[in-house]
Amino acid sequence: MSMAKKGDWVQIENTVLKAGNRAPQVPEDTQKCDLKLWVKGIAQHEGNLGENMDIITVTGRKTSGTLVDINPRYIHDYGDFQPELLQVELQLKGIMEGAEK
Amino acid sequence: MKNDKTYEAIMARKNEIIKNAMQIDYTKFELPGIGFDYEAMMREVGYSLEEMREIQLAHGVGNTPLIELRNLTALARKYAPKGKGARIVVKDEAANASGSFKARRAAVAVYHAKKLGYKGVIAATSGNYGAAVASQAAMQGLKCIVVQECYDNNKVGQPEILEKQRVCEAYGAEVVQLSVGPELFSTHLSLLEETGYFNASLYTPFGIAGVETLGYELAEQCREKFGKDPEAVVCTNAGGGNLTGTARGLIKAGAENTRVIGACIDLKGLHMASEQDFNRKSCTTGHTGFSLPFTTWPDRSDCPRNAARVLRYLDEMVTIKQGELFYMTQALAILEGYERGPAGNTSLTAAFALAQQMDEDAILVVQETEYTSAGKHPMPQLTFAKKNGVQVLFGDPEDEIPGKNLVFPKDPSFIKARQYDMTHARKSYIKNCVKNCGMTSATEEDVSFIMDEIKSDKEFVLSELEAKGVKVQ
Repeated sequence: MSMAKKGDWVQIENTVLKAGNRAPQVPEDTQKCDLKLWVKGIAQHEGNLGENMDIITVTGRKTSGTLVDINPRYIHDYGDFQPELLQVELQLKGIMEGAEK
Repeated sequence: MKNDKTYEAIMARKNEIIKNAMQIDYTKFELPGIGFDYEAMMREVGYSLEEMREIQLAHGVGNTPLIELRNLTALARKYAPKGKGARIVVKDEAANASGSFKARRAAVAVYHAKKLGYKGVIAATSGNYGAAVASQAAMQGLKCIVVQECYDNNKVGQPEILEKQRVCEAYGAEVVQLSVGPELFSTHLSLLEETGYFNASLYTPFGIAGVETLGYELAEQCREKFGKDPEAVVCTNAGGGNLTGTARGLIKAGAENTRVIGACIDLKGLHMASEQDFNRKSCTTGHTGFSLPFTTWPDRSDCPRNAARVLRYLDEMVTIKQGELFYMTQALAILEGYERGPAGNTSLTAAFALAQQMDEDAILVVQETEYTSAGKHPMPQLTFAKKNGVQVLFGDPEDEIPGKNLVFPKDPSFIKARQYDMTHARKSYIKNCVKNCGMTSATEEDVSFIMDEIKSDKEFVLSELEAKGVKVQ
């Protein structure tokens, strides 16, 4: 889905500070990047990804920015199985069983 | 003026914005010279311990269980000299509404905001405090905005922080996410200015005092369970509020002989404001990137005077490694049946090593746990670390280089609590004080303020000041 309808739950992106206009204490690698901001809210009109979108957030704040996502998904999860954790488990069980003998 | 959103312009309006967003007149606690009256600030702005307990209990916070970790104690004793291996007990702070001790701070902050008539609260945090403020705001009927540093420039975020975003939104908060950088603070100020909401800072007197109930409760619970005060309490130390509040609570309970130990994760070499280093961390809180700057100069927060002042209370400070933390997080689940942390298990990891140096009949309290979920778990965090080129291996955690590798101890005997040089920390405080206050001379009052700030004798303070070229009047 690349087009949001009025009333959709969307995410917008903004540039708060341009690269080069960052805080003076920011290290060199970060100075080269814009300070970006993302916030979600309810679309106030129709719009395509990449276009400007006006939103109202859940606190009732009006703001706008580039439309970057519609019904944004939470992408974090429990990750891939990590064999190191199994190794720790087996080691601990071994140590504790040994202690009981 | 309000329309000028450059970093410099917002920072120039800082004092005015903060004053409107908190209604605390910090100037009345200022002393002539460099100091301020810390106790007067805590007394006049805060709430009594009884009031705080009441506020917290009315909002799903406090009275968390104190649990003896018998299996971890048994494991620690396997590596301890004969007669050593203190009993490790943990305060299960994950049982608070929103899943961490931070609810203690948030409950009081949100209550205070509501009492003053604010319509909403804003907190700048990527940690559990966001969830705590969002949860309390939902409960107490205020609006809530959480500002978090979340992504690198390519919108790749730490799984742990992405989970904090989700949970804040689950409690009905607006989450404003930023890319890497300390301008989180100027964005926070700008939002306070725009909305007129209350600054639910982590560092207010009532925020810190909210944690006093934790220290007080654990002393009471130890007396009831073990018939005595704990010999030591380990607190994860980052911004300093956890340790300061707990230590003050212990003192209020009369547990004056309990040692207060700070613990943090060693992230030496990773720059906190660096775009490249941001996603090379495997822990986003409880680490030296916060604890060292805040311990040696507390007044770097979003309050004119930070109520979290760790060196006033700290007896010792230790560091642990990321690999040790993930090992102990797994041990807590496998041997004790508690899936908690990971970052909140920093103090537990330190306690496992520290217990081995203490007598068998001693009580060592780990004063927090935190909730675990997707993103906030060793598996996604290790997955993320590997994706960012961090090597995960077994060996001696001494060889761990933050951002390059993560070294699991090859067996529990390799888990260590490394002493941080407290004299060095105290010297750093004085160095920062001289620099930040532009000190060229010091009065008796200044000297006595510094002595309180770093829990040190007069001779030490005088000799350090003189070494920095400060004339003592």
